[in-house]
Amino acid sequence: MSDSFTMNEAQPRLLDTTDQGLIGAPLDRPEGALKVSGQATYTAEYHPEGMCHGVLVRATITRGTVTGFDETAAAALPGYLGLFHGPEFLRNPAQGMAGKAPTQPGDRVAYHGQPIALVVAESFETARDAAARIVVHYDEQPGAPVDPETAPSEEPDDRTVQGDLDAAMRKGAATLDRAYTTPGHAAAAMEPHAALAEWEGDHLTLHGALQMIRYNKAELADAIGVKPEQVRVLAPYIGGGFGSKLGISAEHISAALAARALKRPVRVVMARQTVFDAILRRTETAQRLRLAAETDGKLTAIGHEDRISNLEGEGFAEPTAAATQFLYAAPNRLVRKTISRNHRTPSGSVRAPGEAVGMFALECGMDELAETLGICPVELRLRNIPEKHPETGQTFTAHALAQALREGAQAFGWDKRTEPGTRREGEWLIGMGVASAARTNMLIASSARVTLTRDGALVETDMTDIGTGSYAILGQIAGEMLGLPIDKVSVHLADSDLPGASGSGGSFGASSAGSAVFLAARKIRDELAKRLGCAPEDVRVDRGQVTGDNKKAALADLLVEPIAMEASIESGETAKTHFSSGFGAHFAEVAVSEITGEVRVRRILGVFGVGRVLNEKTARSQAVGGMIWGVGSALHEELSHDPRTGHIVGRDLANYHVPSHADIPAKMEVRFLEERDDHANPIQSKGIGELGISGAGAAVINAIHNATGLRVYDFPATPDKIVQGFMEHGR
Amino acid sequence: MPISLKVNGVERTLECDTRVSLLDALRDHLDLPGTKKGCDHGQCGACTILVNGRRINSCLTLAVMHEGDEITTIEGLGGPEDLSPMQRDFVSCDGYQCGYCTPGQIMSATGMLAEARDGMPSHVSESLIGKANLSDAEIAERMSGNLCRCSAYPFIREAIARNTEQSQ
Repeated sequence: MSDSFTMNEAQPRLLDTTDQGLIGAPLDRPEGALKVSGQATYTAEYHPEGMCHGVLVRATITRGTVTGFDETAAAALPGYLGLFHGPEFLRNPAQGMAGKAPTQPGDRVAYHGQPIALVVAESFETARDAAARIVVHYDEQPGAPVDPETAPSEEPDDRTVQGDLDAAMRKGAATLDRAYTTPGHAAAAMEPHAALAEWEGDHLTLHGALQMIRYNKAELADAIGVKPEQVRVLAPYIGGGFGSKLGISAEHISAALAARALKRPVRVVMARQTVFDAILRRTETAQRLRLAAETDGKLTAIGHEDRISNLEGEGFAEPTAAATQFLYAAPNRLVRKTISRNHRTPSGSVRAPGEAVGMFALECGMDELAETLGICPVELRLRNIPEKHPETGQTFTAHALAQALREGAQAFGWDKRTEPGTRREGEWLIGMGVASAARTNMLIASSARVTLTRDGALVETDMTDIGTGSYAILGQIAGEMLGLPIDKVSVHLADSDLPGASGSGGSFGASSAGSAVFLAARKIRDELAKRLGCAPEDVRVDRGQVTGDNKKAALADLLVEPIAMEASIESGETAKTHFSSGFGAHFAEVAVSEITGEVRVRRILGVFGVGRVLNEKTARSQAVGGMIWGVGSALHEELSHDPRTGHIVGRDLANYHVPSHADIPAKMEVRFLEERDDHANPIQSKGIGELGISGAGAAVINAIHNATGLRVYDFPATPDKIVQGFMEHGR
Repeated sequence: MPISLKVNGVERTLECDTRVSLLDALRDHLDLPGTKKGCDHGQCGACTILVNGRRINSCLTLAVMHEGDEITTIEGLGGPEDLSPMQRDFVSCDGYQCGYCTPGQIMSATGMLAEARDGMPSHVSESLIGKANLSDAEIAERMSGNLCRCSAYPFIREAIARNTEQSQ
C-alpha cells in the first residue's frame, strides 16, 4: 500500500477513451450461474469436520445484571457441549466502520433480547433445546425508559442555524409547519446473520455474513484480544446486508470464543427473531418540518428538527435531515437533532440512514407547500435548486436534479395529473406523486490488486458483494482497462488476506473499490507502455492489442513476465472544495380503494444522475431495489415495541411486512442520465443503491394525496389511516 | 431414526433426530445447501422445494415425515454448467441480487407453473375453472410467498413470464 492516490483534483475520463465495450454494458453477473443453481456458498453452508452448533441465549429483562446461569437442565441433554459467556461478549453489533470492538458490557443487560450467552451442542436441535433450558438469574433494574417521547434525551451540538427561521416563517407568503413520524425499520436481509469460527493454533478463520471485511477483522481482533494478523475473515457470498451486517455482532464473537474453548469449529446462525431483536434497527423518528416561501415559490426558510433514539454510548445518530441540508436553497435555515436515550434495541445504519426517513418530511412538505402556493410540485422544486451547497458553500459536482425532474415529468406523463381526488376507476381513486431524490456520495479509502498474465486478469480485494454487483463491475473495470473480454477476468473478493477496500456501505463501495481496481489496472497499462516503448499517456490497450507512439504489439507478447500491481485511493481536496451527491426524481402512480383504504402502487419511474454507470443491469437492479424499499417504508414497514419492555413485537417476516411480489407492479422503470462526476473519483461514478430509496416513499405518499386529497403524516400509510382520513373528510 | 428419501432422483438414506426439519436435513445432513433458510417459520419462502412435484416450505415439515418421498431441490434443477431455462432467465433478467432467496424463488416458480398447468386457480384468477392465464398479476399473486429483500421482484417475474406455457 505504498503510494496511495489522493483525489485532489478532477481526473481525466480515461474510461471514455477505451474501446473494450465493457463499461456500462448490461452484462450478467459472473456469479449468476452459481447463485441460481444453489452453488454459491453462504456463511452457514460450510461444514468443516467436527463442527458443532451454537444458539444464543438472550435476556428476558430490559435492564439489569445477570447474576448467574443454571445449566442443569441443559447439561442433561446428550450432545450438550457447554455454555459460553463472559467479558468479551458484545452488547450490540459494531456500528459501521468502527474498526474496534463495540461495547462489551460484562454481565450488564441494556435491552430486551440482548444476547448474553451461547449454548453449544453437537447438533442444532440439541443446542436450540438446551438454550431454552438455561435458567438465567437477574438482578433486574426496573423502570428502564423505553418510550422515546418520555425517555431522557440529549442534543448534539452540530446543529445548523443560518439567518432567522422564526422571522422568515412570520413573513412568508406561504408557510408549512408539520410534524411527521416514522416507525423503526428492520433491514431484514434474507440471509440470517451467521458465523462459522475455526481456530488453527492461535489463528482464527471466521466465515461471517459481513459487509466490511477490513473493519470487521479489526473489530473481531479487538473484541477477543488477539492481534489483527491472527484473524482471517471470509465472506464470498452474503445474503443481503442493507447496513445490518456492517459490523461484527454477537454470533461472530460467541462462535470465536466457543470454538477456541472447545477446539472445534463452531457455527452460530441467528434465528430470525434474534435478528430482529439483536441486530441494529433503523430508529423511529419524530420530525418537525417548517418551510416558508414567497408567492413565486422561492423558499425563504427551511427548518428540519428531529428526534431519534439510540442506546446510551452508541455514537450513531440517524442523520435524518441529511438531504435537507443541501437539497433546496433558502437563506434562513435550521437543522437540529435530539437523541432519545432509551432501552430499545439499539439503532444503526439501515439502507440510506437519514434520507430514507428524513425525505418523507422534506418531500411531502414540499408537495403540500406547492399545493398551498398553487404551483406544480415539479416546478416548485425546480425553482429552489441551489447553486452552491447552502450550508458549506461548496461547489456541487455533477448535479442532475433539474434534468431528472424535467425528463421524468415528461416520460411519466406528469401533464396528465389531475386535481386531487378527481380521477376515479370504480372504487379506485388514482393519483400521481413526485419527489426529489438525493443521497450524498463518498469516496472511502480502498486498495486492490490486479494481476495480468497471458491467461487474463485477476482482481483481488477484500471488497464484498452483498448483491450489489461488485463481482460484475470490478471485472468490467479491469477488463475495460486491460483490453480483455469479460470471461478473461476473474474477481476474488471478501477475504481479509486481500488488499483492503471500503466494503459495502453508504453506496460508496462500487466507486471506492472500483477506483482502486482502475488505478491498479492503470499501473499495469503504464508498465505495458514501458514494455512497448511508448509514453504512458499514449498507450491504448483494446481488444488484446497494445498500441502507442506508432508501435503495436499483441498483449500476450508483452506478458512473457506477468504484471501485478496494487493501488490505493483515498479522498482528498475535491471532497473539501466540492460536494458530490446523487440526484434524481421519483414519479409514482397509485390507486387507493375508497372502500378499504388499500393502496396499490401502479407504476414508479426513477430518473437518476449517478455519474458513470458501470453496469446498466446491476445498476438498474440497485435502483429498483431502493425504490421498492421506498414503497415498503411508505406503505408497510413498521417495528412496534412493547410499551412495558421496549421489546420488539412482531419480530418476524410475517409480522414485519416487507414488500412482496403482490405489492410491487411490473412497471418499475429506471432511467440513468448520461453523467460524469469528475470530482468524485477517477472513474466518475457515484453510488446508486441508496439513492433509489431516498425520496421514493414520499413520491408514493404524495400520489396518495393526489388520488384522495388526504395527507398522511404518520408513516406507513396503512389502510386504517386512509380509512380514518376518509371518515374525517366525510366520505 | 433412519429415513430414505429420493432426492433429485437419487436414493438417499440418513439417520436423523426426529426434530430435524426437512430443510435442515437437506442443508446439514445431505450436503445440499442450495435450499436456503431465511426464517425457519414458513414466512419467507427461501426454503421452497418440490415434494412429489408440489412446492412446499421445507422448514415447516420434519424430515421423518417424508419417508419414500420424491424431493427436488435447486441442485436437481440444473447445475452451473447445465442450467434449466428458468435458471438461465433468472441470470439474464437479473432476477436476483444477493442470491439468497433465489433458489426458493426458482423452485417456487417451477412448482407454480405446474399448479397453473393443472388448473389450480389463485386469489386473483378470473375463473375458478379452466386454465389460468398467467398474467403478471397472476404470477405476482402466486409468488407472494417468496420474499426478496433485495427487491428484484419485477425482474424475477420477467424471468418467470418467459417460462409460462403462453410464452413458449
